Amino acid sequence: MSEDVAPRIASRPTPALVPAEIEGASYGDRVYRWATTGFALVIPSLLLLIAWEVFRAGWPALKTFGLGFFTSSAWDPVNGNFGAAPAVFGTIVSSILALIIATPLAVGVAIFLSEFAPNWIRQPIAFFVDLLAAIPSVVYGLWGVLVLVPFIRAHVMPFVKDTLHLGDFPLFTGAAYGPSMFAAGCILAIMILPYISAVTREVLRAVPRSQREAALALGATRWEMIWDAVLPYARSGIVGGVILGLGRAIGETMAVTMVIGNRHELSASLFQPGYTMASLIANEFAEATNDLHISALMAVGAGLFLVTVIVNAIARWLVWRTARVGDGGT
Amino acid sequence: MRAETGVDAASVTEAPALDPPPPEVLAVDGLDAYFGAARVVREVSFAVKSGQVTAIIGPSGCGKSTLLRCLNRMHETVPGARVEGEVRFQGKDIYEAAVSAIGVRRHIGMVFQRPTPFPTMSIRDNVAAGLKVLPRSERPSRRDTDAVVERALRRAALWQEVHDRLGANATALSGGQQQRLCVARALATSPTVLLLDEPTASLDPISTQRIEELVYELRSEVTIIIVTHNMQQAARISDRTAFMLSGELVEYAPTNVLFTTPRDPRTDAYVTGRFG
Amino acid sequence: MTTQAFTTQRRAAWRSYRDQLAQSTARTLSRRRLVSQIMIASTFVAALVAVLPLTLIVWHLLQQGASSINRNFFLHMPRPTGETGGGMANAIVGTGVLVLIASTVGLPVGIFAGLYLAEQRSARLATGVRFLSDVLNGLPSIVLGIFAWGLLVRPFKHFSALAGGMALAAMMIPLVTRTTEEMIRLVPVSMREAALALGYTKWRTSLSIVLRTAMPGIVTGVLLAVARIAGETAPLIFTAFGNNFWSVSPFKPIAALPMQIYYYATAPYDDWHAQAWAGALVLLGLVLIISVAARFATRSRAGLGGD
Repeated sequence: MSEDVAPRIASRPTPALVPAEIEGASYGDRVYRWATTGFALVIPSLLLLIAWEVFRAGWPALKTFGLGFFTSSAWDPVNGNFGAAPAVFGTIVSSILALIIATPLAVGVAIFLSEFAPNWIRQPIAFFVDLLAAIPSVVYGLWGVLVLVPFIRAHVMPFVKDTLHLGDFPLFTGAAYGPSMFAAGCILAIMILPYISAVTREVLRAVPRSQREAALALGATRWEMIWDAVLPYARSGIVGGVILGLGRAIGETMAVTMVIGNRHELSASLFQPGYTMASLIANEFAEATNDLHISALMAVGAGLFLVTVIVNAIARWLVWRTARVGDGGT
Repeated sequence: MRAETGVDAASVTEAPALDPPPPEVLAVDGLDAYFGAARVVREVSFAVKSGQVTAIIGPSGCGKSTLLRCLNRMHETVPGARVEGEVRFQGKDIYEAAVSAIGVRRHIGMVFQRPTPFPTMSIRDNVAAGLKVLPRSERPSRRDTDAVVERALRRAALWQEVHDRLGANATALSGGQQQRLCVARALATSPTVLLLDEPTASLDPISTQRIEELVYELRSEVTIIIVTHNMQQAARISDRTAFMLSGELVEYAPTNVLFTTPRDPRTDAYVTGRFG
Repeated sequence: MTTQAFTTQRRAAWRSYRDQLAQSTARTLSRRRLVSQIMIASTFVAALVAVLPLTLIVWHLLQQGASSINRNFFLHMPRPTGETGGGMANAIVGTGVLVLIASTVGLPVGIFAGLYLAEQRSARLATGVRFLSDVLNGLPSIVLGIFAWGLLVRPFKHFSALAGGMALAAMMIPLVTRTTEEMIRLVPVSMREAALALGYTKWRTSLSIVLRTAMPGIVTGVLLAVARIAGETAPLIFTAFGNNFWSVSPFKPIAALPMQIYYYATAPYDDWHAQAWAGALVLLGLVLIISVAARFATRSRAGLGGD
């Protein structure tokens, strides 16, 4: 049986280079090429579409209020006067607060994991920290509003105001209900911790062993080796990771909107409620009545779009730069 | 050594269905191969007769693998690579514009240095992989495919070891078995020429010997061209040997002649081990 | 002074200097060592603090939510305000429907775009697309939500699962693209060459051989993307909007688990809070199981892959 099949294949006409086959082959290849290119182009098209839609819808508000839209504090849907300054201010303050809390922790964890942790403890802790990034935002928000905020109201705020007698200090004034910029900063810090930590770990791993050995050989203590030899090498990468965390903090919506109090307030006090650009949109969009209100919220969205794109681009450029220098191995 | 191909229609009294195949199954004429601007094969010309085993030897980087890959139009799959000159397969230049590279590769098969069984496929499907892309008129039916697979595995001296587990994943085989599987896969489409690019380089001595025996047994059915960095292997299994140096074909002669009384001093230096 | 006395004096002075130096070095050395130990300990403390949030969150979820997880939760629909009991059946199914809708667009675009990026490598267009994919990935999900609203809700004057699914698809695309590109790049060139040498066309090689080989890794990436979008709320609140009744139609508003949690958590009813905890437990459990399983699968593969 096997004999009569093989000759059929072997007896193909010689020269058996069938020109007709080209048509089939290159046709398929061309379709494939067009298909993959087409699908790939969906991405830039989508991005353009998003930018166009958001800016187009926000244009009426921007035209009406000009760039002062981002510096005015008025927010009066009834009379049609909108100013997003509290939201912008809140975004900046909550993000910076989150960075202040998260960065030392994240860098500390990363240093611990990459330099000092024995193998058996490294995997579990790294796993735990990385898993923080997988928790959905609304779960953070739920925990924030039902656990963290009551805790802050019952313990942290009285501690700071009464025990430490800082109640009159501008950062901590005002009635302390719980939902506050401080709560938002805390939640955001937990959420961005895994990103800063992951990038820092990567960057520390890229520092060549020779740097560490040279420092130790010169008589440095282990900490001095980290501080003087390893960290400076990794510095721009770590900064990149921090800015990446900043980018995420700026865009974070659900967790923030559930703990920040959602008030158009521009207050220096961390214990006061406030707004961020993202939480403003989330909170008011569904109930926005008139077109100008919607347009104002869209304009805030456009601002958010711009800011996150710029911040993420800077972050990636910094991390990419460290990777390149690391490979070059000065 | 140009072979006569076309027959003038006016002078034909009887029309043969096909031209008789010329004695040279593969004729290389003035072949240059480039990677970008770098020329790695220079003006190589030689011819291979049907039913012979031809070995190509030479030091690392001499261009022997590149030359081999030009013979089935694999060289051009590398971005920036280019070929000039002619390679005539049974009289027809495979680099002519009208000729499809796909068609060429179905008649000139190749086995690579490291075994590359397709990891998601079974042993049977691996061997039959080349059959799936044949034009519909030549594709065997399902039952016939099993027959073709068995024949290919027998010719590759692998049937005995795998006939009871054809459905097992191909990666379960040892290195030597995987390489024979690749040989079976290449043989399934009944190519006229089989190109072997250092097929035993990553194998243990026993598997190497198996493959060499295979080459010897297959020579009657398939013309074989084998690139090897192992001179002893070339001496063992080939009828003719080509020696390459820095992209040039230095000498091409019957194996025993090349190894005992080479004409070119460079060949002599190489085969006597003065450089490698 | 005689030469001998001078030499003795110089030697004594040197010894005294050397001893002083050793003493002060020992002091600073022990201080430096102390500093080093303190800093190392503080990194350990940082690690402990970093592990705390996850532990606390999981603990509270279990403590508050486990009691509300029963058959009712999975089978029943929300009850009107004030009534106890009821569940999140429609929300769980709704999340499934939204993920399905998102995948019909997100998967083909992501996989083919990933193929394109892996095969075109450093072509200028490919580099641009890769960069823009990262930009898209970094956009806040709320921006995607208002975009989908403007395009798919406002013109039609009603919320729909379709709009929500498209917003989620926009999140899914960069994730699947990146994973696909990475997995395709991992397939060795020799596999491609082996197929080409058998007479496979380029497109057949890419789809039947390369893509097929990379498929397990791509599936893992898709699962991770699904876990990510299943937990998203912001893109849904003005597109899918939520629905207290049973609905699986793409053209009507639809409930989703994260949205239901949000609405319940921000309401003043304790029973709803309990339901929110239960929902969050289910959601987190789902997301974590998928993420951990996917990560575990890739890790064991990377160990065996070798070659």
